[in-house]
Amino acid sequence: MANAISTDFGAAPISLWRRGKDVGVTIAAVAAVILVLAPLGAIFAYLVYKGIGSINWAFLTQTPKPVGEAGGGMANAIAGSVLILCLGSVLGVPMGIGAGIYLAEYGRNRLGNFIRFTADVLNGVPSIIVGIVAYGLVVLTQKHFSALAGGVALAIMMIPTITRTTEEMLLLVPSQVREAAYGLGVSRWRTTLSITLRTATSGVITGVMLAFARVAGETAPLLFTAFGNQFWNWRVNQPTAALPLQIFTYAISPFDEWHRQAWAGALILIILIVVSVSAVRIAASRGMMKGN
Amino acid sequence: MGVGIKVEHLNAWFGKTQALHDINIAIASNHCTAVIGPSGCGKSTFVRCLNRMHETIPDAKAAGKVEIGEMDVYNGTSAVSIRRRIGMVFQKPNPFPTMSIYDNVASGLKLNGFRDRKRTDEIVERSLKYAALWEEVKDTMHKKSGAGLSGGQQQRLCIARALAVEPQVLLMDEPCSALDPISTGKIEELIFQLKEKFTIVIVTHNMQQASRVAEFTGFFLLGKLIEFDKTEKIFTTPSDKRTEDYITGRFG
Repeated sequence: MANAISTDFGAAPISLWRRGKDVGVTIAAVAAVILVLAPLGAIFAYLVYKGIGSINWAFLTQTPKPVGEAGGGMANAIAGSVLILCLGSVLGVPMGIGAGIYLAEYGRNRLGNFIRFTADVLNGVPSIIVGIVAYGLVVLTQKHFSALAGGVALAIMMIPTITRTTEEMLLLVPSQVREAAYGLGVSRWRTTLSITLRTATSGVITGVMLAFARVAGETAPLLFTAFGNQFWNWRVNQPTAALPLQIFTYAISPFDEWHRQAWAGALILIILIVVSVSAVRIAASRGMMKGN
Repeated sequence: MGVGIKVEHLNAWFGKTQALHDINIAIASNHCTAVIGPSGCGKSTFVRCLNRMHETIPDAKAAGKVEIGEMDVYNGTSAVSIRRRIGMVFQKPNPFPTMSIYDNVASGLKLNGFRDRKRTDEIVERSLKYAALWEEVKDTMHKKSGAGLSGGQQQRLCIARALAVEPQVLLMDEPCSALDPISTGKIEELIFQLKEKFTIVIVTHNMQQASRVAEFTGFFLLGKLIEFDKTEKIFTTPSDKRTEDYITGRFG
């Protein structure tokens, strides 16, 4: 039996040191998760605590009252934010995804590198400067502030994030999947749209939602583009209220009533973002299940 | 019905490296032809030149004359229309991960603009039966993802997908290299039946497989076609010393 090989691996006791390491690393990982989630939870809890008291039917349906009058709401700002975000997404999402497709499928050249570099730099440009650009591009040519100008500013901010994440996600699609489509006699553009992009859908949507959530709370690029408005406005070429602007104005005012409304506005804004991001995610996963 | 393939003076490159040197070969219709040789000898490149998949790799190019039936592959025909008439099965099973089993099989039709639903149902059923997968998936094919099948099933799904577009030639690039012996056996059985309808070219590392499924075998070495003959002849009395060395296991 001198040469017998033990197959009884289970009997070997796991050393205390290894068990200790296992526990230690697990605790570290859980701690990291808590550390990441804590600020989000704290912010949300504090917003609920400060803002929930001021949210009522009037807040959601009325426009702001003049200084000194109690009541009133931010209905026009909520609507304005929705309008500006829709404009921004309509302009920014197709352009960002399109550029991402170019970079992933055709961009292995100097133009591709140039676009990649531009996108990365654009990602780092302070949002106030993006606002100035939109001011120069839209406000000066139109001769007045508008929702469209705000949408353009937000679109410019969305594009680099969407472009880069779309590119990354498309590159993650294995080349074998593309080859399978080419092998079936599917043309290149059709493969890109129906196979590659579709395979990467959930990742691309993550990128889009990331960009959307980021710009939804932007104030600086709206200051001299959408400008703000105390009244209802649905026309894209008129100054328009937006939640971040309203919150900013109210928060720096000297009135307690406005402070309370600013908290409520902030809570509404974060709920708006969470709801729209979740809605898109659920709709997308439903669509994927159906296979269309 | 399958058609024959005629290759004359085919050369292929990856960038500046020449991968194929002056290949001349005539492949018989409705037979299975095996391509064997050591790794890196150009056998995959050879079959990928037949349906112009070679040129989808950046910097790769090919020149020469390839005729598939009446079709001149490198002259006057678009790569896309050639690939529609030549099915291809790859080394690693590659079903479309976001599609159901049904959609995978129908993908070649749908993506090329075929819209007749009833006809598609028939073709999908027939293709899955050809690929001997129908019984295993007929109840779940609309719900289950192609990626949820086992490796062997996935490869048969890929064969069904290739057959659904009714090709004349089926190219198989080491279709069994990622499969276990049972799945391999199923696919070899399949090749026997498919020969009646298609011309098959199969690249394989496995010489027993070549001798089991193919009537003709070509031996590649360093980008050259060393010998091409009846399989029996290649494996019993090869006329080239290098072929003999390879099949007897002296190298490779």
